Amino acid sequence: MSTSLSAKTQRIAVRTVDLGKTFGKGEGTVHALKGVNFEALCGELLMIVGPSGCGKTTLLSVICGTLEHDTGSVTVFGQDLAQLSSGKLTAFRGKNVGFVFQQFNLIPTWNAVENVSVPLLLNGSSTAEAESASAELLRDVGIGDKLRALPTELSGGQQQRVAIARALVHQPRLLICDEPTAALDAASGRKVLELIKTRVCSPERCVIVVTHDSRIFPFADRIAEMEDGQMKAVHGAGEWKALYV
Amino acid sequence: MLRLALKMLFGDRAKYGMLVCGLSFCALLMSQQTSVFCGLLLWTTATVRNIRVPIWVADSKVEQANEVVSMREIEVQRVRSVPGVQWAVPLFWGIQQARLPDGTFQAIQLTGLDGASLVGRPAIMRSGRIEDLRLPNAVIVDQVAISKFAKRGIQLKIGTVFEINDKEARVVGICETQRSFLGQPYVFTTYSRALEYAPPQRKLLSFILVQPKPEQDPAALVRRISQCSGLRAFESDTFSWSTLMWYVRNTGIPISFGTVVLLGLVVGIAIAGQTFYLFVHENMRFLAALKAMGATFQVLAQMVLLQAFTVGFIGYGIGVGIAAMFGNLVLQKGEPPFYMPWQILVFTGGVILIICSLSAAVGLVKVARTEAAMVFK
Repeated sequence: MSTSLSAKTQRIAVRTVDLGKTFGKGEGTVHALKGVNFEALCGELLMIVGPSGCGKTTLLSVICGTLEHDTGSVTVFGQDLAQLSSGKLTAFRGKNVGFVFQQFNLIPTWNAVENVSVPLLLNGSSTAEAESASAELLRDVGIGDKLRALPTELSGGQQQRVAIARALVHQPRLLICDEPTAALDAASGRKVLELIKTRVCSPERCVIVVTHDSRIFPFADRIAEMEDGQMKAVHGAGEWKALYV
Repeated sequence: MLRLALKMLFGDRAKYGMLVCGLSFCALLMSQQTSVFCGLLLWTTATVRNIRVPIWVADSKVEQANEVVSMREIEVQRVRSVPGVQWAVPLFWGIQQARLPDGTFQAIQLTGLDGASLVGRPAIMRSGRIEDLRLPNAVIVDQVAISKFAKRGIQLKIGTVFEINDKEARVVGICETQRSFLGQPYVFTTYSRALEYAPPQRKLLSFILVQPKPEQDPAALVRRISQCSGLRAFESDTFSWSTLMWYVRNTGIPISFGTVVLLGLVVGIAIAGQTFYLFVHENMRFLAALKAMGATFQVLAQMVLLQAFTVGFIGYGIGVGIAAMFGNLVLQKGEPPFYMPWQILVFTGGVILIICSLSAAVGLVKVARTEAAMVFK
């Protein structure tokens, strides 16, 4: 029993306890998170779903340390984020977290290799090292022929592949994906999720995906359902069909 | 990251172009106008630089080199008697009317040099000999006279005869002088002949030119001359500065040029500041993404500062370059005045630096206030 618990503890990537976050003051106060408790494990692809305004994005922002929480605690790979200074938190995020954004956020004047190399450059790699690793990863994700293409010269699916490569190039243990298929058509969205599932998910890495897109639910290992700033339920693999289809 | 920051800047061609144009225009306006201003002020001291003596003595009420309050001839002897004076010679300087061979008139700056020593002679003779001034009715004219007379179809050369106050003046030489504020040609002759050309007056001595003895401190001699004679003595540099400051205080020239320079500054701040703010604003989503990915404020600040100072440097180079080309062009024609000392380049560079710093500061405030979490919105 103790061995099993220890193994589980080691596998916990993210844990939130009574996590609370409030925006505004007075009558305009918005309680975005109301005591959220949940865990995300290494090796799994966890999807967070729920209606607009339920707090998914706020939860994501707090988990990755881009937004401070008001109450409770959030621990990422055993590190309580509240204990880190601003500079250390930025460094922690730069080293351990990868991001895939809804709108890709690829810098339009930088080519694919340059966009992908950013996390490595921020972590102190030389330009040559960063660009070499970036080119290799771009070949891995299937756009080796577009290394020097600007984002505007790529399709939506290709841009998201560049964004995924950028999120992975520094080998983070936590990958945060915010609506990764929202700007893509069904086929491209499916390919992106297949890529995440086959190339990104690994026993050492936790992938958290916030999404509205029920078409990609089958790729999830677990689905956390949020409602009104609270974690309503967490469903295991296979349970999603009964709930959403 | 800095290389990528530059790529980010150069990639946004519209804003990059606008920033460079704004800053170039600002640098051009400031450097060109201040150079014209300096050139104009330099013209006011042309007589001091053309005559080239260490000490000038004038009436006690004289404040600047283009102002003449005539003195009695005896004042030359009084100045010569002051201890420490090597020599002192009279100088006539005044605006006179020259009647050209075609019957038209031209204002000239008649300069009468001491006939024995010819002290104050032109530095450069294009043709003729300065000693020929001692010939009857002899005058030496400068390059301005050549061009002014040429505009009226008169080719001025050695041997040309014209009249000054109905008296014959025969050109025996052509010299080069530094152009004066009034733009009238210098006509050199001897002091005694200048008195003949000038309308009769009780006093006609304009200035006394003084050379101190070799061991004599010029500043001390200036004080001593003033004390002993009651006249006003200036060292050459002091006389130039006194003249410059007189024009600054008593004319609208500084206000006029200052307004244009201020306009350049305002235009620079407005265009560059606003465009750079827009540039940062439009890239804010990407900067926030970089922040989320682990870019510290220092890294982002370096990127923004590099972008601001790069456009500043390029704009400065283009603006000052165009101003220098303008200067090169006008110097060949002789007008408008243009003098661009290194101080103007430093001044313009400093102002551009301030504009870029302000623009960058506005952008940095926005970067600092931006939360990385905005990338999820």
